[in-house]
Amino acid sequence: MKPLSTGRIVKISGNMVTVQFDSPVMQNEVAYIRHGEERLKSEIIRVRGTLAEMQVYEATIGLRIGEAVEFTGELLSIELGPGMLGQIFDGLQNPLPEIAEQCGFFLHRGVYLNAIPETKTWDFTPLRKAGDMVRAGDKLGFVEEKLFRHYCMVPFRLTGNYELVSIEQSGTFTIRDAVARIKARDGTVSPVFLSQTWPVKIPIRAYAERLKPDEPLVTKMRLIDSLFPVARGGTYCIPGPFGAGKTVLQQLISRHAEVDVVVIAACGERAGEIVETIRTFPTIIDPRTSRPLSDRTVIICNTSSMPVAARESSVYTAVTIAEYYRQMGLQVLLLADSTSRWAQAIREMSGRLEEIPGEEAFPAYLESRIASFYERAGVVRLHDGATGSVTIGGAVSPAGGSFEEPVTQATLKVVGAFHGLSRSRSDARRYPAIDPLISWSKYRSFIEANQRERGHGILRKGSDIAQMMKVVGEEGTSLPDYIDYLKAEFFDFVYLQQNAFDPVDEATPRDRQIYLFDFIYRILEAEFSFEDKETALHFFQQLRQLFKGWNSVPWNTDEFKASEREIGALLGTRIRER
Amino acid sequence: MNKLYTSIHQIIGDVITVEAENIGNTELAEVITRNGTSLAQVIRLDEKRVFLQVFAGSRGISTGDKVRFLGHPMRIATGEELFGRIFNGSGRPLDNGPDLTEHLSDIGGPPVNPVKRIIPSRMIRTGIPMIDVFNSLVESQKLPIFSIAGEPYNELLARIGTQAEVDIIILGGMGLKYDDYLFFRDTLEEQGALAHSIIFMHTAADPVVECLLVPDIALAVAEHFALEGKRVLVLLSDMSNFCDALKEIAITMEQIPSNRGYPGDLYSSLASRYEKAVDFETAGSITILAVTTMPGDDVTHPIPDNTGYITEGQFYLKNGVIEPFGSLSRLKQLVNGRTRDDHRLIMDTMIQLFANYRETQEKQAMGFQMSTWDLKLLKYGTLFEEKMMSLKVNIPLEKALDLGWEILYVCFTPEETGIKKSVIERFWPQKHENKILSK
Repeated sequence: MKPLSTGRIVKISGNMVTVQFDSPVMQNEVAYIRHGEERLKSEIIRVRGTLAEMQVYEATIGLRIGEAVEFTGELLSIELGPGMLGQIFDGLQNPLPEIAEQCGFFLHRGVYLNAIPETKTWDFTPLRKAGDMVRAGDKLGFVEEKLFRHYCMVPFRLTGNYELVSIEQSGTFTIRDAVARIKARDGTVSPVFLSQTWPVKIPIRAYAERLKPDEPLVTKMRLIDSLFPVARGGTYCIPGPFGAGKTVLQQLISRHAEVDVVVIAACGERAGEIVETIRTFPTIIDPRTSRPLSDRTVIICNTSSMPVAARESSVYTAVTIAEYYRQMGLQVLLLADSTSRWAQAIREMSGRLEEIPGEEAFPAYLESRIASFYERAGVVRLHDGATGSVTIGGAVSPAGGSFEEPVTQATLKVVGAFHGLSRSRSDARRYPAIDPLISWSKYRSFIEANQRERGHGILRKGSDIAQMMKVVGEEGTSLPDYIDYLKAEFFDFVYLQQNAFDPVDEATPRDRQIYLFDFIYRILEAEFSFEDKETALHFFQQLRQLFKGWNSVPWNTDEFKASEREIGALLGTRIRER
Repeated sequence: MNKLYTSIHQIIGDVITVEAENIGNTELAEVITRNGTSLAQVIRLDEKRVFLQVFAGSRGISTGDKVRFLGHPMRIATGEELFGRIFNGSGRPLDNGPDLTEHLSDIGGPPVNPVKRIIPSRMIRTGIPMIDVFNSLVESQKLPIFSIAGEPYNELLARIGTQAEVDIIILGGMGLKYDDYLFFRDTLEEQGALAHSIIFMHTAADPVVECLLVPDIALAVAEHFALEGKRVLVLLSDMSNFCDALKEIAITMEQIPSNRGYPGDLYSSLASRYEKAVDFETAGSITILAVTTMPGDDVTHPIPDNTGYITEGQFYLKNGVIEPFGSLSRLKQLVNGRTRDDHRLIMDTMIQLFANYRETQEKQAMGFQMSTWDLKLLKYGTLFEEKMMSLKVNIPLEKALDLGWEILYVCFTPEETGIKKSVIERFWPQKHENKILSK
């Protein structure tokens, strides 16, 4: 192996240092700056001659010209293995609870801890036997981690076929004990551990093929699932001005989405918000598994006051962990809040590098960075025939609330669904504030296409009539138009809007959505007879009240049926027989 | 050991470049000129060249002047000796008191580990119904007052400060007019709050670099007291001046501007200050209230826009009142369920009806005919504006809730309010209780 390069600092500007090195270095190589007792992690982002420009993942207070730098010969990597579920990491995969134990209230720089405890033991069960031929990603055995069988896999970085020379019998092991040995064609034998490392900026590709995302991912948010669905393995984005409810929406989805594992990347946002997740998830029991939500959740937390460079890497850390669980045949959802802060971190670094700025000073490569991040989502068929998926949902915080800005635009080009939040909807307290008139989805919904189309149609029509009514007043609107307007408002109020504080209404399962949508579809299609607008308004207000009550009644109970009968009776008084 | 350097090579804006060796990044230095001594901070290092940002500005610095490096970053004295004192942005006394050099602590310290934060749960009462009832202020919240030049935002800030139930008030003034400075000082004194207050004041006439230091100093001192278990309220005015100072320095340093001239790291710079607001698991708390004046009343301007993404809501001060629409306290749900049973109900009902009132006003302005319901709403709206919204009103939360019921009572029948029947029976006032409004 070649000796590792060393260097010394020649320039310091903000969180970027320039280092003069003595032997070859690699782009994106990790290095440590030696500052007294401290070792500060940094990454090469540009090389010119014998000068390497490096972003430092820590505050650069007190660094001096001439201080020594040790290169590691490695790209920025994280450790993947059992013990990540329920954990809270920073952007570099340092476990924050352990750091708090060691350092107290504050995050001290230069403290790096093992992401996965080295001493914890796991009960290993082998799945293969000596003599088998294996390749990267093949499952050799498993340990039980919280809800899942956590597979021990042949390291993803290997290429070609290997012979399994030996494998341990059932027993307890730590992540540092070799559980198997594999032999390459050239005869070199290497050990396999329960964990492996992987460079975060490179996608894990140890699978047979990528499939088209087609299966709906049920979020239990009616507006999303029925009208703007997300597919397993697909991508979506939620742009919205501040105060429109992005974070609340992401939190609801992280609780209710029907997936195996949720990875939350709190990237450059308020610490207070992630604190709520950290503190409440261990106490919320997931009805599907009867275990706390935290058991299926991994949190990557690099909030706005934590170092900017680590914010840039935090989304890669998150997506790498998501890909790792996908390799086990699990359905994974990655929620990134907010990708705009990540883009801003890229912009800050670009500015320090004095690169030629693009629009709003974002670098020209912003679009390709965003695209390659979202492209890490996908459904894959593994070598053993199982499928796994990574779905990515990114919140976007557009400057000034305008969707014209570069990050939103670059994101819209690559995602499969767009849930645009609007200030006017959130001001009117219509939650979730996803604007049905601007949002779209390219994925298939479990609601029949013609019903879904009718839903969109009535919303568009209702909005047109409402616009018109502002000019000509209620008096100038014809009764049929007025009824269409009321139908659209009714649909919005009882179906699109969902009360996040109501234990039943906050999450609507798939079957209930199909049933309810069909019921409402018939109301939207029906012809009503009213004497005048006053009675029509009164009727729909009554209907809305009953429906709202119905929405908070548990699915398929006697009470549910009673409410349904009551609504049916009211409808019967006004629906005109054809 | 503290060697004197005399080779000042370059003076651009408030940044001077001097040749020196073995200097730490962000270290502090003294620049000794014939007009006196000013502090300066290292902001960039390039081989032997050291870039220093001079706190007092570069005016009058000669290339022959001397620079002495102090070997430590910017520090500020903390402790009880600070109570009742007034300092400038460099931490030097503005009153006639002594210079403090004991118990120094670094400014701009490391961020709090998110897992050591707790979910805030205590309300801060202010005596202002628009805050207490409709957008409760919560301990450890960070909340700006969005306003426009000419509005009484400093009066509001001072009033919340002096009426809030906290242990310590720290006021950071940035780019204030001298009269505003005197106003703050006198108000704190008159209200008897000065004894537990500390003021860091940068006025419009002071060097711009000192403006940048004010929030860091104020928050470093706040952090010190919070760790001792104190509940600290930090008042900052005006954060827009702070942002403009950032812009000025960034452009002088030839940084590429991102949006309307502001540097690309405006968000991070604001966040690292606002995120100092915290409720420590086993110690005290820091609450931040800051004035942000919006150029042209434009909430999409980079300053209010970036601020809004960082803070937990905002108070929107317009036409001399806190606008219920546009104001938001994101944390209010954490506290208003535990004050009085009717708190949320009054909050929701009154705002709903007030929204209807605004619609009626619009209709009235367009010349549509007013129905009986419209007339009721107009009566309600006028009462609401006069008895609740006006900043002259100064009553505790419970009184404000009672007042809310009274207003509803004189304007509407119980059914018209849309409140559930069981609740009406419990809270709807009896006629003889109608006292508050008649006063």
